[in-house]
Formats: sequence, C-alpha cells, structure tokens
Amino acid sequence: MGGDKEKSIIEKFLEDNVLFLGPDPDIMEDHSVVPTTPREAAALKAFTDTETMNLVRHKLQTACNESFDMVEQMGAAPGAKWGDLISGVWTANGDLAMASMGGVLIFSVLTQHPVKFILKYWKDDPTVGLKDGDIFMHNDARYGNIHNTDQSLVIPVFHNGELICFTGAIVHEGENGAIEPGGMPSAAESPYDEGLKMSPIKVGENYEFKRDIMTFLQNSVREPKLQLEGMKSKFFAAMRMKSRVEDAIAEYGVDAVVATLRKTLTDTETEVRRRLTCWPDGKVRTNVFADGTLRENCLIRIRCELHKKGDELIIDFRGSSPEFLNRPNNTVLASLKGMLAQEFLSFVWPDLPRNQAVFAPMTVLTDRKSALHCSADAPNAQSMMTFFPGFTAIQIGVPKYLYSSSHRATDVIGGWYNMIVTFLYGGINQYGELVGNVCADLNGMGGAARWNRDGEHSLAPVFAPMADIGEQELIEEEVPLIKIVPHKLMTDGEGFGKFRGGHGYQQIATMKDSSMWGFMCCSIGSKFPSTYGIFGGYAPGTLPLCKVKGVNVFEVMKDHRELLRYSIPEIMNERPFPGAKYSTHHMGLQLEFAEPGELYMITQGGGGGYGDVLERDPALVSKDFLDGLLSMRSVQQVYHVVLDEKTGAVDQAATDQARQAEREMRKSRAKPYHEFVKEWETEKPPRDVPFYGSWKDRSLLYRGSPDDTCPADDIRSVMMPNPKDVRIAELEAQLESLRGGADVERAHRRS
Amino acid sequence: MSTQRVAITEYLEIDLGQERWHCRRCGHDIAPARSNYKEGLLVYNRDPREIHRPILDDSYPFTYAPDPKWCRIIEFYCPSCGTMIENEYLPPGHPLTHDIELDIDSLKERHGSAEGKANAAG
Repeated sequence: MGGDKEKSIIEKFLEDNVLFLGPDPDIMEDHSVVPTTPREAAALKAFTDTETMNLVRHKLQTACNESFDMVEQMGAAPGAKWGDLISGVWTANGDLAMASMGGVLIFSVLTQHPVKFILKYWKDDPTVGLKDGDIFMHNDARYGNIHNTDQSLVIPVFHNGELICFTGAIVHEGENGAIEPGGMPSAAESPYDEGLKMSPIKVGENYEFKRDIMTFLQNSVREPKLQLEGMKSKFFAAMRMKSRVEDAIAEYGVDAVVATLRKTLTDTETEVRRRLTCWPDGKVRTNVFADGTLRENCLIRIRCELHKKGDELIIDFRGSSPEFLNRPNNTVLASLKGMLAQEFLSFVWPDLPRNQAVFAPMTVLTDRKSALHCSADAPNAQSMMTFFPGFTAIQIGVPKYLYSSSHRATDVIGGWYNMIVTFLYGGINQYGELVGNVCADLNGMGGAARWNRDGEHSLAPVFAPMADIGEQELIEEEVPLIKIVPHKLMTDGEGFGKFRGGHGYQQIATMKDSSMWGFMCCSIGSKFPSTYGIFGGYAPGTLPLCKVKGVNVFEVMKDHRELLRYSIPEIMNERPFPGAKYSTHHMGLQLEFAEPGELYMITQGGGGGYGDVLERDPALVSKDFLDGLLSMRSVQQVYHVVLDEKTGAVDQAATDQARQAEREMRKSRAKPYHEFVKEWETEKPPRDVPFYGSWKDRSLLYRGSPDDTCPADDIRSVMMPNPKDVRIAELEAQLESLRGGADVERAHRRS
Repeated sequence: MSTQRVAITEYLEIDLGQERWHCRRCGHDIAPARSNYKEGLLVYNRDPREIHRPILDDSYPFTYAPDPKWCRIIEFYCPSCGTMIENEYLPPGHPLTHDIELDIDSLKERHGSAEGKANAAG
C-alpha cells in the first residue's frame, strides 16, 4: 500500500537534503560527449558554410595556442614554464571542444568533469550561481583532472545573456600544501595528506578574484606567491580566450561559434570511429607489472584486454590490482581515461583535433576499488604509478592492431619510457624563501623504437609530445639544487632490438647554500622494467636511486679535482670519496633532508626496442658502441656482433657466424610451448614476491600473498604496513636470533 | 583457395586461405590462425641479467638489472629459423599471455575487399 509514493517521498527528501556534494559518479564515470542539444541543432541548421566554419575553427584553435603561450610565458611554476598545461574552450554543456596543440594532452579528456559539476550543481544554486564575470577553480582529482597538484580555472562566456561556452586553462602548479612539499607526495597515506583539495569552487566575481578566498588558498600552500601568480596567469589566459571567442561571435555570429564547437566534437568522434574500422577485429592482451608503491617494492599487475569490433574499442582492465588505501599510487578512473587517450592523441592519431571526443568511441572496463578505479577514500597524488603502466599496457597492445591496419597516421612504435625520473624538492632557497616543486628533467623520457628506425634519446615525456626539460642554469638561479652531471646518456640504457629504444640521461644532483633542503623521487621500475619492447624487442633495464652520503663533494674536491667522476657507475663502483656511504634504493624517496655536497643520483629510462636483436644492422651497433651508448658486453652478448674495439670496424663474416650460432642455440635451449607451460606455470603467485592482482582467473585477486585473496567484484582495499615498522620487525627478529644464539652459547659454556 | 597472406606483426602473418599463422622470415607454418600462435613456437625462460647486465657491483641491492626472483624474460622463437618473434617480461610462474586473438572471419572479409590490400608496414 502506497509503497511507491512512500519511496518517492523518501527519495525527494534525500534529494533535497544532500549533506555533501562529493564527486558525482554520473559525471566522473562518463566520458562521452553530451548529445547535440536543441540549441546546437538550431545553430548547425542556421550555420552550414563549412568553409567559414573552418575559418572559425582555426581562429579558435589559434586562440587556444595563444593562451597556452601566455600561461607558459607568465606562469611561475616550473610545470607552467615547460608546458605542463593546456588551455581550451568548453561547450555550454561542459565538453572540451578545442584545446591548445602543445602541452599535456592527458588533460584533453579529463577537464570536462569540473565544468559539468558547475553546470549540474552550482549554476542553479542560489548561493553560488553562474553569471558573467564569474571565475571558477578546482584541483581535486576526485572531481576531475589528474592529481591535485594540477589546478584548473574556467570562466563562462555569455552573449546577450546566453551561456555560449567556457574558456580556461589547467596547469601543473606544483606545491599544494601536502604532507611533503612539491605537490606529489609519495608519503601520503590518505587523501587528507595530499594538501589542498578544491572541489569546483567560485573564486571570483565580476572578473576579480575574491580576496578572502585567494588568501585562504594561499594560506593552504607553502608557496603563497606562486598560488597567486598561477591563478592570475590562468585567469588572463582565460580572458584572452574569451575575447577571441567574442571576436569570432562579432565577425561570424553566435550561431557560427556554437555550431563550430559542436561540429568539431561530432566530426572528431566520427573520424575516430572511421579510423577504428580500419583496424582488424579481435582481441589483444597485454600484461604490465608495476614494481612498487613508492614506499615499498611489490608487484602490481595491470591486466589489459583490448577488444576491437567495428568502430568501437573496449579496454578491459578487470583483474588488475586492488587499490592501496594508504598509498598514493591509486588512479581515479577519469584520470586513467585521460592517460589512455594520450596514446591516441600522441602516438596513433596526432593529426586529430585535441578534444575529448577522441576518446568517446572507447569503453573502459575496470573493477571498482581497484588500483585503476579507486574509491574516494584512496589517495591518488601519485596515480602515475598505476596509470602510466595502464597506458603502457595499451601502447604495447595497439601495434598488434595497427600493423595490419589499412590506415595509419603514424609509425608502429614500441613502449615509450613511462616514469617521471626527476627530483622533487622542498626547503629554503638561496633567497631565504620556502619553496617546493618538481624539476622539469622528468620530460626527458627515452623514445621507443619504431618499425623503421631507432627511438630518440631523452626526447619527451610520455604524456606530452611537446614539453621542455628546462635549463639547469636557470633552475640554479632559483633554487640551491646543483647538478654535478645534469644530462649524460646512460650506456646500455636502451631497450635492445632490431631498432633500439632511445636512451635516458643520468642526473647527479646535490645541494649548496641552503639551511634546509630535501629531495624526493617518485618512479617505479627498480626491480621490474616499467615499459617494454614489441615484436621481440626487449624492454629497457631497471633503474636505481643511488646516494652518496656523509661527504661534501665541494669540500673534498676543492683541492682534489681528480676525484670528480662523470657517471653514476664510476662514482658507485669506484667509490672515490673516502669515508662516504654509498647506497642504492628503489626510486620512491620520501622527503629526505640533504647536507651540502651529498649526492643523489637517478637515471631517466630508455624506450622499448622493436624486433629481434639479431636483425639489427651491425653498422648501427658499431656506431652506438663508438658513441658510448653500448658496452662491448652488449655488443657481443645481446647483439652478437663482432667488431674491432678500437675502430668499431665490423667483421661481417664473424658476425654472421655468431648470429647463426645464436639462432641454433635458441632452438636447442628452448622448449615446445606445451612442455614449457607445464614446467613454468604455477597455480598461485610466488610466496616470496608480494603480488597484487589476478593470476590465472581475473575474477580472483591476490592481495600480496598466495593465501590472501578477494573477489574482483568485491575488492577489499589493501592496507600496507609502514616500511619502517617492517624494517624494525626484521631487525628485532635478527636481534632476537642473535640473543638466542648468545644464550645458547652461554648455556653451552656453563655446561 | 586463396593464398593471400596478411602481415599481422613484424614476424607473423596469417594465410587467409589456409587459416594458418606463418613466420614472415622463413615461411614456417606455425599454428592454426584461430588459435594462439605461441603454441607453435619454442619458448625459453631467460634470466633478465643476461640481457640487462648489472651495471653496479653486486654489493648493491639495486644494480640496473631486473631482479631475477621477480622478473623473467620469456622468449618465443620460430622453431625453424630461430627468430625471436615475441617476448614477455613476467613474474616467475605467471601464465603466458595469449596476446593476439583476431576475428578470422572478419579478417577474411576485410581482405577480400580492395581496402585491406594496403598494408604499409608489411
């Protein structure tokens, strides 16, 4: 009796009394483009001249690029200076229709969420509203974007009282008041350790920032001046974009702008679907293993099954690792989609417009509360540690479609290096100011090999094809971070193959002239490579963090220049500084204060190789050897090339013989598939390797031990022990063992 | 019967008429096209340090070489010519990946038309 009515009253009550407007799954889990509205349909009907529409599109595109340049030139954050940003135009429905060509293209597919939140919740809220002159900001990844070191700013553009679009920019600002300085805290154990968490918020009216809110935001971070400056530069860029939109309206009419934005989205999606039909139908599967959380090493499985049928692509990550509730390596689903879109925007179809429709034909499947679809309770500041591997999972899978595709806009390519190997820093700079941020050296990731040529050395980050690494001299003017060796390519750093991946560079850093200075690092791949080759090409190797502590190299080398070494292997193997402590670690370093002249050393990774090493042109092997890129061991034992160590001259006959011998060796040492599988495969993960994710059955996830499982559709989040507690327990066990031994010895003596 | 072969990867092609995977280097008949091509290859479990040498001395826990207790390189060779057709980096004992499972009927239909004959990298 009256059940429906009663339910309806309860539902209405709940709707009217929402206690907290948290991240909205309807917004956050939907990456489709809003269907054409009646207003847009009317504009498309009224404005049909495709030639003129092309002009309007180019005008707006140029405006996007112009405002991008403005932020890059004006921004004070290192991220802004090297292009970790985009600027763009969102439709009145909140979809990103056009974005700047350069910068971090991940943003192209995940900036719409905060705009849609504003439209859904604030536009008609009497306490907030949406009107001409308003300025909105946001930085919490649970409401959109990648992680809360990125801040976005949008403003609405009205014409005769009608909302036409939004303009704005999103920038990696860096410092955000988290538990560690610099904006990407690997020490965060909850979202509340990650610093400033802006849900979409109105920060200004009448084209002016509200001073009270500005002060609150500045008061929430370690670099208040940077916060102010970042907000201003984004706002001015948004204003410039707005004036360009108004120019276009004045010149071509409002329908022209509305129709152009709409048609750009529609045409992009149509073209992506057309291109997908050129791929063969079927499934491609890959496995990627992230080897740590940045606090400890463990194996985190990223399981990927691509299913392409007709004009759709399903990307299925079900069976991947559970989320880590007290580690920041979890990915918000929307962030994952942004990074996946990067594959298509940068590596497959870079000729397409930069907007969110590029990803619309893709479907992403994940398990809730997995590391790639984490809950709001899980920290995500270092989501790159799982979504970069997620990206690699599709990057090494897509070539298996693309190779036989009837249309290609780019070359078939292996796995690009995918980790942010650089230093984050925090402390007092040489001007006495508290600073915290990240170095742009992370942008020198090694390029992957292609089907027809080698990968480029230290070319670009996997998430932004056009970004700079910055000038070390300029960095040293601002912060007391000195690079003894800033960028020296690493011997054997490539993914070997018929075509090799590009190398990464070594970075040897220290500190000088600061009363307090700390370093952090945030990369995985010290035990298990983080990216891979394709079609028989190898991955690059693994990478350590190396430290030399207990020495001031400036003091020691003052009168002993001969102690200087120019590479990490020389320093670590020759140990030139007497009394210093030399150590290696995984690349997850939480804020560690350094003394002047102590060395922190990391190596940017190389790209994956392409094809069988035995097919590499010996002349290319010789050239790499002479250039110092390749050791003689790798020349002989990986490439099986015989050459003269002094001149590099290749002995072709001996090389042919060595390679034929290796082919015969391969056949003699390998086993037929089924025989191999019988010996190789185990029912469960190894007991001595902490493994997270499915093993044989994607519906059953392991939680670090072969005895600890949970269903993939009902994940129990992982809580990791404090690594220091783990270490203390190990040492106590050793102590106990020694004491026990001593007791036995004493008892033995007494008897 | 058609003998058209479609290059699927650098080293693999499918004979659409015979519905078989073949090695593109030596033509070896590997496996049925509707099955896992790896089943027709030779497989080897390689210590990753043989490829990625330790660059630092072995007193250090991290040396630029993958940890062989965590990571193995599984190499797949053509049984006829010994070409390394694929490899996988896997934890010890992890099931091998059935990486390519194409819709053969769709592939035959596609390559029956003119559109499919443009196959640039092949």
